[in-house]
Amino acid sequence: MQIEAAICAFCGCLCDDIVLTIESDRIVQAKNACALGKAWYTAHSRPPDLPAARVDGKSVEVEEAIEAAAILLTKARYPILYGLSSTSCEAQRHAVALAEALGGCIDCCTSVCHGPSGMAVQGFGEPTCTLGEVKNRADLVIYWGSNPAESHPRHMSRYAVTSKGRLTPNGRKNRTVVLVDVRSTPSSRFADLLLTVRPGIDFEILWALRALVLGRKVEPAGLAETGITLAQLTHLAELMKNCRYGVLFAGQGLTQSAGNQMNLSAAILLVRDLNQFTKFAIIPMRGHGNVTGVDQVLTWQTGYPFGVNFSRGYPRFNPGEFTMVDVLRRKEADAVLSVASDPAASLPAEAVQRLTEVPLIAIDTHESETTRLARVSFMASTVGIRASGTAYRMDNVPLFLKQALTSIYPSDEEILGRLLERVRELKA
Amino acid sequence: MIRILNGEVYDPINGIAGEVRNLYICDGRISSQDAGGRTIDAAGMVVMPGGVDMHCHIAGPKVNTARKLRPEDHRAHEIAKTPLSRSGTFGSVPTTFATGYRYAMMGYTTAFDAAIPPLAARHAHEELNDTPVIDKGFFLLMGNNEFIMERIAAGEKEEVRHFAAWLLQAAKGYAIKLVNPGGVELWKSRSNAHTLDDEVTGFQITPRQIIQSLAEVSEELSLPHPVHIHCNNLGIAGNWETTLETMKALEGRRGHLTHIQFHSYGGNPGESFSSKAAEMAEYVNAHPNLSVDVGQVMFGDTTSLTGDGPLGYMLHQVTGCKWVNVDIENEAGCGITPIEYKEKNSIHATQWAIGLEWFLLVQDPWRVVLTTDHPNGASFTLYPRIIRLLMDREYRKEMMRNVNQKALAQTTLPDLEREYTLNEIAIITRAGPARLLGLQDKGHLGVGACGDVTIYEKNADWEKMFAAPRYVIKDGQVLIEDGHLRGETYGRTFYVSPAYDPAIEGKIRKFFDDYYTVRYENYPVQLEHYLPRPEAIPCRV
Repeated sequence: MQIEAAICAFCGCLCDDIVLTIESDRIVQAKNACALGKAWYTAHSRPPDLPAARVDGKSVEVEEAIEAAAILLTKARYPILYGLSSTSCEAQRHAVALAEALGGCIDCCTSVCHGPSGMAVQGFGEPTCTLGEVKNRADLVIYWGSNPAESHPRHMSRYAVTSKGRLTPNGRKNRTVVLVDVRSTPSSRFADLLLTVRPGIDFEILWALRALVLGRKVEPAGLAETGITLAQLTHLAELMKNCRYGVLFAGQGLTQSAGNQMNLSAAILLVRDLNQFTKFAIIPMRGHGNVTGVDQVLTWQTGYPFGVNFSRGYPRFNPGEFTMVDVLRRKEADAVLSVASDPAASLPAEAVQRLTEVPLIAIDTHESETTRLARVSFMASTVGIRASGTAYRMDNVPLFLKQALTSIYPSDEEILGRLLERVRELKA
Repeated sequence: MIRILNGEVYDPINGIAGEVRNLYICDGRISSQDAGGRTIDAAGMVVMPGGVDMHCHIAGPKVNTARKLRPEDHRAHEIAKTPLSRSGTFGSVPTTFATGYRYAMMGYTTAFDAAIPPLAARHAHEELNDTPVIDKGFFLLMGNNEFIMERIAAGEKEEVRHFAAWLLQAAKGYAIKLVNPGGVELWKSRSNAHTLDDEVTGFQITPRQIIQSLAEVSEELSLPHPVHIHCNNLGIAGNWETTLETMKALEGRRGHLTHIQFHSYGGNPGESFSSKAAEMAEYVNAHPNLSVDVGQVMFGDTTSLTGDGPLGYMLHQVTGCKWVNVDIENEAGCGITPIEYKEKNSIHATQWAIGLEWFLLVQDPWRVVLTTDHPNGASFTLYPRIIRLLMDREYRKEMMRNVNQKALAQTTLPDLEREYTLNEIAIITRAGPARLLGLQDKGHLGVGACGDVTIYEKNADWEKMFAAPRYVIKDGQVLIEDGHLRGETYGRTFYVSPAYDPAIEGKIRKFFDDYYTVRYENYPVQLEHYLPRPEAIPCRV
């Protein structure tokens, strides 16, 4: 059997042109998918090899694990829900309701990737566009602190570099591509202009670029520490001012290096300034398949995109106070529910230490450091393969991911829905 | 089953204006039979159908981006959870749950989001599914759709119609919406449309052609609501001429001109700014094919969020506030910026007065609707205050004393003595918008109508009366009682499903292959998944 126009939910590109070949309830081919996508389809179409639910390492009925998890969570005084970047919006909606019912915190992977972008948007706004406008209009594309060839392998061909559109009928030939990074990467060879900058100095460069764009004088000595020359920067400023439609793709090299949200603020202000001269947009290179969706869901339900606390019965937002790493590192959290994420493998050691000290519940599609560490763990069907649901592409375009194979485990949506129901009963 | 006894009933569609009557609701609908059930003694109270908001921004990408943009607007405006309701935050752009509850608390049971890009229709439905109590739907942005513009340029009128029908079906939208027709497309190359006859670069057509084609399509498809137009040049001094031109361009076809206040300005940009409401209201009075909603400005902090990208940029330049722009491939755009309307600011005072002039100068209340273009002119929560401004001349005069006097003196507002009656308020807040939307079972209390009833305790202060109804009944269930939520319910989603010639699909598919980044197959909204309580409103035959 073949499925046309399937959507790969591995990364924020959400490529929706995948042709799946299915044999005996397994995906044997994922045509058009990149290496990451193919690996994702292969790994997630394996037959189940783990029990659907475990408590203290022992296989149990899902119902029993729901009960155990509900009791652990309702007993806690300051539980935190975390992750959610690789699941559906339908599951995320339940997760927010669950955090609210528990009076705990909810945070998503945004707080450790593009949270600083979100904070910069709160400060200054965001001139942006959907990826189709990049395909149709952009004649200048800048990747800053991003290595799309490895992180989003089809980003350049589907959307930003070689894609052909209304005003870009010749694709690559109609575009100038600039890469700004701290080192050469596999993406470098796609660039017309490569600027290798010193690590941790992006803010200064962006600020100098703003000055050049606005026609202010920049002293060459001021750039001494940046690794690039005034001539290089002036050239880039001119490219930016003189393009027809420019797009700056902001990677984690900007958000997770010295300066954090200040880097993104500078990038947004630069793009805003450029709109005095031409059209210019900024798009964060969101990583996980539906990390953009969890920002959306949290925002429409609470007003805030991540780092939300419900202790007072209503949502409050404060990055640094209600965000996962901080709540763990300060040893405030006394129970953790991780959904579709692997905090035990990805967070700083101090935070992981706390995960080993408190009741940990994990819901994921595969075994991970977190599921191994968890007191209660659930195996869930992968959205887009064995479950359906909504995901938002990195440019906020919502798509419906259809189930391709039979469902064996319950979905995140179903597990969280049942957990929510039980928690509400226990709290009543 | 509910019996509402001895209330003073205002049901303009059925010609009832303040008669003391009994109402019965059975199986969620108004019934002629008293089948018993809970009895509400409404003696001395005012009974009206549930309110209908025909133009607000409550769901979808730009609303959610506005929420995300303004954490400062949510602080201190929180709403705690209760056993029956979810928590949320308010401010100018409230969260979904807060929006639904607040409409209900105000006696409104239906609301339509006015501007959804088809590409984000799924997003709008997701949010509407998290918006409790009210029935809802949305209008679909088509005034800058490149497929439509190409077909207009090619003179393929029929194909425009088939495509519009396909798009409404694909997105599960309710009506055709134009926002700055042609101008949003031009903004993608940093330009704008300034007259109806400017050329839309790359398409060799004009805003006039877009307006005329889509007004015609709306009529040919017999959509329940006529074409809904946000004119070119919103907010710009002297724009009244463009607005009048737009009205004339309809050539007698039905058309709804939205947030008309923002389009009624005389003067010259950067030099002068004045009201042209009187002249324009006269034109509307003489042309029964036209209807308007006001888009009243009220003083205070709010967020401007619009499908009109160049307008968003202009406001950002005026205010210097943070700014969001989103160009949406092949179809639409968006601009967002915070704005504070100040009483002493001559432009803001003029805008406030123009809105009130419109209400007071349009003779036929069935063709003028109470809106604030929430949250653009003000939050929908200020509707009760606007009602008081319309019903209470003394209050209006008192409020007029607080605003910029020089600006006020240049409008006709100080000379207008009209006071709205309760019956007229019932028209501009429920009966009128329901009729304009083509919703047969909304906005009235005749047999078979939805059991949506709002019961107000009389109060000399109309604002207090309309802000806090004693009872709000939705589909025959008492949902609000003395300001408390008594039940949990989710409303229906209205959409239309006009027929089209499937031969158009091949052309649309080709267009998607060429210009979209989403496959044709992945574009249409899955009805069964995204509309848990769908209701297709038939196209008039």
